[in-house]
Amino acid sequence: MRSEMARFVVRRLLSMLLVLFAVSVIVFLIFNVIPNGDPAVRMAGKIPTETQIEAIREEWGFDEPLYVQYATMMKNLFTGETVSYSTQQSVTEEIWRGLPRTLSLAVGAALIWMAFAIALGLYSALRAGRFSDRLLAVLALVGISMPVFWLGALMSYYLGSKAGIFPEGGYVEFTANPLDWFWHLVMPWTALSVLFIGFYSRVLRSDIIETMGEDYVRTARAKGLSERQVLTKHVLRNSLIPIITLWGLDFGAVIGGAAILTETVFGLQGVGEYAAEAVSGFDLPPIMAVTMFGAFFIVAFNTLVDIAYAALDPRIRLEGEAAK
Amino acid sequence: MNGAGEPLLEIRNLVKHFPVKSGVLFSREVDRVRAVDGVDLTVAAGETLGLVGESGSGKSTLCRAVLQLVEPTSGSVRFEGRELVGLRQRQLRPLRRDMQMIFQDPYASLNPRRRVGQIVGGPIKLNGLASGAELRRQVEELLDRVGLSPEHYDRFPHEFSGGQRQRIGIARAIALKPKLIVADEPVSALDVSIQAQIVNLLDDLQDELGLAYVFVAHDIGVVRHISDRIAVMHHGKIVETGDADQVCEHPRDDYTKKLLAAVPIPDPRESRERRRASLGSA
Amino acid sequence: MSAPAPLLDVRELAVSFSTEEGVVGAVDRVSFELNAGEVLAVVGESGSGKSVTATTLMGLTRGPNATISGTATFEGTELVAAGDEELRRLRGNRMAMIFQDPMSSLDPVYRVVDQIVEQIRAHRDVSSQEARERAIELLDAVGIPEAAKRADSYPHEFSGGMRQRVMIAMALSLEPALLIADEPTTALDVTVQAQIIDLLRSLNERRGLSILLITHDIGVVAEIADRVAVMYGGRIVEYGTLDEIFYEPQHPYTWGLLNSLTRIDRPRPKRLPQIPGMPPSLLAPPRGCHFRPRCPHAFDHCTEVPELSARLVDSPAHLDRCWLEPERKRELRAADGRDALEQPR
Repeated sequence: MRSEMARFVVRRLLSMLLVLFAVSVIVFLIFNVIPNGDPAVRMAGKIPTETQIEAIREEWGFDEPLYVQYATMMKNLFTGETVSYSTQQSVTEEIWRGLPRTLSLAVGAALIWMAFAIALGLYSALRAGRFSDRLLAVLALVGISMPVFWLGALMSYYLGSKAGIFPEGGYVEFTANPLDWFWHLVMPWTALSVLFIGFYSRVLRSDIIETMGEDYVRTARAKGLSERQVLTKHVLRNSLIPIITLWGLDFGAVIGGAAILTETVFGLQGVGEYAAEAVSGFDLPPIMAVTMFGAFFIVAFNTLVDIAYAALDPRIRLEGEAAK
Repeated sequence: MNGAGEPLLEIRNLVKHFPVKSGVLFSREVDRVRAVDGVDLTVAAGETLGLVGESGSGKSTLCRAVLQLVEPTSGSVRFEGRELVGLRQRQLRPLRRDMQMIFQDPYASLNPRRRVGQIVGGPIKLNGLASGAELRRQVEELLDRVGLSPEHYDRFPHEFSGGQRQRIGIARAIALKPKLIVADEPVSALDVSIQAQIVNLLDDLQDELGLAYVFVAHDIGVVRHISDRIAVMHHGKIVETGDADQVCEHPRDDYTKKLLAAVPIPDPRESRERRRASLGSA
Repeated sequence: MSAPAPLLDVRELAVSFSTEEGVVGAVDRVSFELNAGEVLAVVGESGSGKSVTATTLMGLTRGPNATISGTATFEGTELVAAGDEELRRLRGNRMAMIFQDPMSSLDPVYRVVDQIVEQIRAHRDVSSQEARERAIELLDAVGIPEAAKRADSYPHEFSGGMRQRVMIAMALSLEPALLIADEPTTALDVTVQAQIIDLLRSLNERRGLSILLITHDIGVVAEIADRVAVMYGGRIVEYGTLDEIFYEPQHPYTWGLLNSLTRIDRPRPKRLPQIPGMPPSLLAPPRGCHFRPRCPHAFDHCTEVPELSARLVDSPAHLDRCWLEPERKRELRAADGRDALEQPR
């Protein structure tokens, strides 16, 4: 298993580098093709003169050929010297500042949605066809259908400003005040989780129902195991495998930026919100940095999920194993 | 049986290997699965060649390789004297009319979204041989020939039992009046009382249409009943060929003997006798 | 002198399922006995009700859509009315079951030894180390080579025949009195099938294991059974000793089935005798004898359900469900080609 795993990881690392390279090139090219994106013009202020624009161009290297600009940008990215065109601030610092906020949101939401999804999925599966199952199906559908920004805005308004139960938005450092930190995150966590709970609980429900019809579950009963043992050791153990792998992928995507809407609505000023600002400001360095950041997490989690799958299901062999 | 002239199907040294790849950066082939490892067979027009083997023997791969449904690694397959290996899809298409296949699983080999009429008439229509009312007439005739009724034309596969679905598959296979049908375990998934019906149907069709069969099965009894000659396959190679009765009554190869000895005899006295005899010689 | 009570005594067992399309009568008043140390084969095709009978005895068909009636007495316990917990204590412990497809019947994510240990510890208070040792002993006893090493393998790492041996080892781990085997060799190659049958036979002969064998393979029946019950359309249509069923079948379905078998030790018939038609729909079965629509010898009395009873004076334990007179049966059977089997070579 060792050498197989090593082989697998090496191949994945290489493909990750390839993906990141491709992403960076594409982002860079797109940015340079969009009209009105001339940063020199924007940097020059309200009433730019030609000389000013020229000077900025030279200073910032916008007159260099594209591939040189690209190389410089990549170098800056890795050394952490990337600077925003519009705000002149260090992109790296901004991302570093936003990271704990995004992680708080992502990790909290991921744990919450998983816990609820398992509970509700299992409940629906065991009561399949009955009223409670159908009710949960409708609720899940509602949850999946509600756009997160709409739900977030509603919650922020009704539970936040009007009722005053939760703060409208904003973020409090965990180190400053853990309770406040938690309280500020309850609504964002809920808004982000609702969609996933709806989706995951349905997927898990059908997985469980399918697994319960499997022959080995029948064997487990025939062995005289208690219903509880059959459920936990055989049914759940098998039906959770696809869910856990899905969860890994979604988690990677959330960290990588899928939480943009939630962060923006609640003003958490995490990496996602930073990305939104950068995009609306047509600011290439932060966009590039955030995109690479996102791509890295997504690819990394993809790889972790594949490894986890192989660990959870002994039938899965990582690439390179003999086909018998 | 056509004794003179060229055989209908001639297979020489047919090989199909599946490479096993491994490697850190670049995939290298480290091993091969030798599914079909040098097979020689002939089938004369109107003859039935039975192919017997256990799972992993390569008989299913052999069927597919002969019909060029998978590309052989090497070797020759001549149909009516014409070499098939290496032909492109375009060139193979007209030849496919003469060679058809029946599959094992009557539940998986019919498109559930199509009606019976479309399934059976499909080959005729695709080859531009008939359309409209004439097509329908031909299809109904085919359905009748395999023991179904014309009103089944508009139904869907899931409305039929396993045996009936197999009949639909057979109707489809004979639609183009082929010369050769490769039947890959056509009765294995069916109930015993239905198996006899399908075997008899295949027998009748052979007499009516002058078909040649390659009949693949793991049930030696059924194979022997329907075949003129039998080939025994083991680990990708043919270990014995010969007249059906000869192979079953006087097997020469050890594996064939082992296979025949394992077949249960549906006769309690004989089976007790056989066990006593083998204990005595042990 | 009274014979000892049978190990398993099934009386008027009936199972029906309510489905979207209506009520399916899967098992219709089935009665049979299995004596200790005996092998009883229940033979039938799809839809005959044989598998449902077996799984019902284990209590695996219980559910909101199932209606189960009748009695099944096993070692003094009545199974049909037994509570879930009572039944659970018997399952895997006093009566065990093995199934058709050993690949899908073993949990793919657990090692083989752990699955056996799980069963042992569900019924006995032993340490996992002890259970593990016992499991390895069992794997060795059923013929798994290098049992200690292979015990830690996963199911997909074994071949079909080995997996079935694993299932047998697991089923026997607590030394049950009864093994129910549901099509144990159907998914296996013929050479492997022969080995599994030999294994089962030796377990029966040497350890006195009673076996209820469910199968559609008549050849297998001839190799191992003591008594046979032939099922068709949810009912037992014939019931007797192995020799009685094979050499004096009393029901047209039985001899039709026997006729349609191919035999490699006899000359080939020109045409394989066949039973026309298809098995009956259990949603709307035919009135009277279920075999009537396919029976070449049906007559007007057949619209009334024949009772399962002994119609041969000399064989009071040979029961069948056919209205035809025994003499008539003999004539028709001979005509249908059956008698060739009765004359030894």
